[in-house]
Amino acid sequence: MTIETRAVETPAIETPAIRTPAAANGLALETRGLCKSFGALTVADQINFRLERGARQALIGPNGAGKTTFVELVTGGLRPSAGQIVIDGADVTDLPQAVRVKRGLARTFQITALFRRLTTLENVTLAIAERDGVAGGLIRPAGRHNRVIEEAFALLETLGLADDALRPVSALAYGRQRLVEIAVALGLSPKVLLLDEPAAGVPSGESGLIIEVIERLPPDIAVLIIEHDMDLVFRLARRITVLVQGRILVEGPPDAIAADPQVRQVYLGEREHGRGGR
Amino acid sequence: MATEGLVRPRLKPAPRAPLAPQQAIDAFARRHRYRWWEALPWAAAIAAYVLFPSYLPLGAQILATILFALSADLVLGYAGIVTLGHAAFFGTGAYTAGILAVHGWGEPITGLLAGTATAALIGFVSGWIVLRTTGLTLLMQTLVVATLLYEAANKASWLTGGDDGLQGMEVWPIFGQFRFDMFGRTGYLYCLAVLFLCWLFARHIVYSPFGRSLTGIRENVRRMHAIGAPVRRRRLIIYTIAAGLAGTAGALIAQTTGFVGLSFLNLERSGGVLIMLIIGGVGRLYGAFIGVPLYMIAQNRFSEIEPVYWYFWIGLLMVLVVVFARGGILGLSERLRR
Repeated sequence: MTIETRAVETPAIETPAIRTPAAANGLALETRGLCKSFGALTVADQINFRLERGARQALIGPNGAGKTTFVELVTGGLRPSAGQIVIDGADVTDLPQAVRVKRGLARTFQITALFRRLTTLENVTLAIAERDGVAGGLIRPAGRHNRVIEEAFALLETLGLADDALRPVSALAYGRQRLVEIAVALGLSPKVLLLDEPAAGVPSGESGLIIEVIERLPPDIAVLIIEHDMDLVFRLARRITVLVQGRILVEGPPDAIAADPQVRQVYLGEREHGRGGR
Repeated sequence: MATEGLVRPRLKPAPRAPLAPQQAIDAFARRHRYRWWEALPWAAAIAAYVLFPSYLPLGAQILATILFALSADLVLGYAGIVTLGHAAFFGTGAYTAGILAVHGWGEPITGLLAGTATAALIGFVSGWIVLRTTGLTLLMQTLVVATLLYEAANKASWLTGGDDGLQGMEVWPIFGQFRFDMFGRTGYLYCLAVLFLCWLFARHIVYSPFGRSLTGIRENVRRMHAIGAPVRRRRLIIYTIAAGLAGTAGALIAQTTGFVGLSFLNLERSGGVLIMLIIGGVGRLYGAFIGVPLYMIAQNRFSEIEPVYWYFWIGLLMVLVVVFARGGILGLSERLRR
């Protein structure tokens, strides 16, 4: 009931130029037998992960489960020891990060990674210019790329950030900086969006703002939330993957995960642990 | 019920009228427009030409060194590449123009362009190797490149004059018309004209999307990777451009002073230009225009008053800037205006 009302009252955020899906199997992101080890330490062990188009999925796991490693492997920050990474039907295992982004993979950071001294608008503008392939241009001044600026501003408006557009990001409240994190990623018009602890460090009073934005993300984007905050996970995810010691322990809908005795033992049982999955 | 607050977007009533898209576009467009104070350095340079006719040789060196510092600003201030080897390109440009002039090709404009091109080539090749690294490793590698060139110039004394420097340069009149005179008038105006053109070029780069993406690389390289920017290629492009401009600066000094020596390639040259830039303000495009004249005039004055201890005063100036004026003199003036 509430879900329906929400859909009516706040329409989904629109990002233009979303490319039409090409692959047949309906998977936005897939890893096959993904392994990563540092010497004797195995941090990713035969991970077969699937994220469907338009999915709202969460990846959870206790500290040191390998969540951040998984994100780095998928985005291209780390090279896997074995296995494959497939984005939208195309194998990207050997492709650099920039190319994966062009294929539609965007991410946000657990610890805010923005262009702090630049304005909110320019943060998003840089991403859109990069997506459109005009960011290397030397001829026309950046201030004359009106289409890029207009699109960036429109995106900020839908996220309720328009009034902060011309302020440097560093002057924004942390909760709003977390929104800019998402805005920069959305500027890339992704097919797959990895949200690495989107509400990390945000005072609980402000996290509603972030949850609301995630709920309004365009339905055709596949969203994977890497999260510690169980409330957030159970509110947003329609499917949950539990990672323990570099392996997928179980995967399923939220109520099944919540009821799973294994999960309760390794994860939900030990509630109060520190933040961060590094 | 509890979710009621989340149903509506949580927009507080705006204290001021909400920004319109056009305002955002205007704010962007305003940035690359010329402002009145940008004419100040040029007015000052022309005034100096009239007022201090006996200091024109020093003035020409200052102008060329401003170009050198400006090129360092592109690398350090915009792309965030920390380098201790920028003299490599300055020296390359100077030796190229100098060697041409010694061996019978004294035409200044082509000599200048040759210096620029050679320095850019060295910048591209060395950048292709050293820009794979960052931080301290990169710093050391830039230092290594400059040191290698220094030793190469030292060894190849048949070409460079080695320790004695390159002597007997003969620079022809500019456009076959304007002879380099002993008062340094032609040299000064030549340097001024070249600096002006290079400044226009650098300014255009800084305000282009490419320049903005460099700022992005400086501000947060991880995020630039995450939005799909070809970070290494962009760094290499600006490194090459800046190397070329440093080469132009070196060639200017070679042609106007008629001398090139090993000191054009040494660490002191690389470090000195950074100090001048830091005094003026890094990453602001105009830091070079303030820091270089201040440093070089102070150096000139102090060395006359106290030939032995003048470095003490430079050191003191540097300490004051670091303690009281982070961001250099321009940074200080920005803070005072707020």
